[in-house]
Amino acid sequence: MIPRHLKIGMVVLLLAALGLGVYAWQIRKTVTATAVVPTDTRPLAPPPTGPTERVVLFVAHDEDGTLRPESAQIPMPSGRQQRAEELLRALLSIYLDKSSPHVLGAGSEIRSVFLVDPGIAVIDLNAAFANTHRSGVLVEDLTVASLIHTISANTPGILKVQILVDGNERETLAGHADLSSYYDVSAVNQLAVQLQPGQ
Amino acid sequence: MPWTRNIQSGENVSESAVEGASRPHVAAVAVVLLALIWALWLPGAPSEKHLSIYSTVANYSLPLVQREGRDYVGLLELFEPLGKVSAKSDSQRWRLRYNNVEADFQSGKTHAQVQGRDADLGGKFLLENGRGLVPVGSLGTLMPRVLGGPVTVHEESARVFIGSVATHFTASLTGDPPRLVLHFTAPVNPSVANEPGALRMTFAHEPLVAPASPTLTFGSKTIPSAIYSESNGMAILTVNASIPVMAAFGNDGRTITVSPAATPANATPNPATQNIPPGTTPAAATPPQPTQAAPATPAAASAGRRYFAIVDASHGGDDHGETLSTTLLEKDVTVALARSLRQELESRGITTLVLRDSDANLSVDQRAVFANADRAAIYIALHAASSGHGVRVYTSLLPIGDNDRGPFRSWSTAQHSSLQLSQSTASLVAGEIQKRQIPVRDLAAPLRPLNDVIGPAIAVEVAPQGSDVSQLTAPDYQQLVTSAVATAIAAARDQLGGAP
Repeated sequence: MIPRHLKIGMVVLLLAALGLGVYAWQIRKTVTATAVVPTDTRPLAPPPTGPTERVVLFVAHDEDGTLRPESAQIPMPSGRQQRAEELLRALLSIYLDKSSPHVLGAGSEIRSVFLVDPGIAVIDLNAAFANTHRSGVLVEDLTVASLIHTISANTPGILKVQILVDGNERETLAGHADLSSYYDVSAVNQLAVQLQPGQ
Repeated sequence: MPWTRNIQSGENVSESAVEGASRPHVAAVAVVLLALIWALWLPGAPSEKHLSIYSTVANYSLPLVQREGRDYVGLLELFEPLGKVSAKSDSQRWRLRYNNVEADFQSGKTHAQVQGRDADLGGKFLLENGRGLVPVGSLGTLMPRVLGGPVTVHEESARVFIGSVATHFTASLTGDPPRLVLHFTAPVNPSVANEPGALRMTFAHEPLVAPASPTLTFGSKTIPSAIYSESNGMAILTVNASIPVMAAFGNDGRTITVSPAATPANATPNPATQNIPPGTTPAAATPPQPTQAAPATPAAASAGRRYFAIVDASHGGDDHGETLSTTLLEKDVTVALARSLRQELESRGITTLVLRDSDANLSVDQRAVFANADRAAIYIALHAASSGHGVRVYTSLLPIGDNDRGPFRSWSTAQHSSLQLSQSTASLVAGEIQKRQIPVRDLAAPLRPLNDVIGPAIAVEVAPQGSDVSQLTAPDYQQLVTSAVATAIAAARDQLGGAP
């Protein structure tokens, strides 16, 4: 014969175990729901409006390690700085596409481009751009050359370029390409020639 | 004596009683004196043997005991500074628990059980008053199993390195009068002693390890050689000199300059060693001083240059480089490539220094300082990649920089004067790789430290020929690439301007 107080105790413990199980199941559902969106991929700026323009983008191709010019018709704002930003965002949209020839990590974004006289361009990437970038001399070389050659070829007067990440200087893009100094546009243009197919 | 008279007259105490009362005092004084003599004598006594342990957690030293003609060390005190450790003694059995690892020892037995697995001690385990002792020679087997990581034991010199903690150094002779510049990968603070014909630096607390050859010769009458040795838990670097020399510290303790005592270093400034602090003091009392490092100038670098290839295994330590696969890191492939390249270069009569031959942390600035200080005829950085096919040979994509001041060159564009020579060497290397039917490209890259190196500098990035990343670890593929690089460097020897 089981004493009455033990029976009551057993029932209370069973109820408590059931309650905790339901609570744990609810928490698990909440965590799963919040983990669905790992990074915020919403655009930082509204899409530009206005007349479209034909520009030349220098697109990196990993399969043969080349930089190829590709013309694109994109809406371009009137401001010089905004135009530079739109150029690079158009370039990035190619890299973030499913059929990207040079894959960048999800959430990669150009935060802004600053044009400072005389002839300095500052490209500010977001943290996801650098943090998710693949590591390797060539793969980083292609990204840097693509960004700088595209902006300098379409924006006259740029002589040197600095690349920032989240508004700060960073040693390298992903362990190789140096981001601590200004890039000489003429030197990058020579590199772009080296990276052309057939070179 | 008044003291005796007083006792005798005033207090009626017998002479024997006085003697009896003074005896404890005399004995106490004698004991104190003996203790003092013992204490004073001890430091002068032959120094007892020590075991030095270097780890990322702590560097410490333990006394060794001699048993059965061998050096023994207490296990409990060995592991105590590294983690949570306890021991239980049960007549002949002794159990050690380190964190979650258990080891079982039996007195007089030459084998132990670590986590249930047999470990050969190479000598008897000794149990003395509850203290477990093992031969020093057994630490190479025992410690990795208990700690769960790599441990290097220098048994002869009683030095233990846990993980990648070693401090490396390079030595080069510069200027006239000659000065020996020693660069260390971490700050050092040795005790320095002048001896007839030599200056001896003893590194008691630093995990200094030997260079490629323990005897370094410099071809100078003033400072002909330096000899590295290890004993009793210490590393010793003896610089032989025909005249009195002194040592000066610089670069936060990472540089030691040995120069003739008669001509202070600041009397004849040499741009090649501007990272040495102005003003040197005699060796024995010279603390490390922070200084601003600057690259050597081309003029200084060309003076007395000897042929010397520096092969740099890129990345290392915390910097893994590219994760090539789930089990393969770029930093490990570059070390294997560097060793292979050294072998290929040396087989062609080219003296070669591998800058990183272990899993050490080396900043790009340190790598450039080594290359510049050694006035290397060619600096070759090695990289590995999973993307692309074959090999890429890079030269510096120099950044904008016009900060040169007189003889001082801007650090970020130091490569400028040698870029043409670097490019022609890279072309030769690419041509030689192509001859071996490996796809190759010759490119510029914004890759440090190429732009900080004052002499010819190239980087070689090796990728698999197809899509199989494991090819990067295949010795025959590595040798195919490195033999091509070495052949091209040997062919460019005259162009690079040195002689082996």
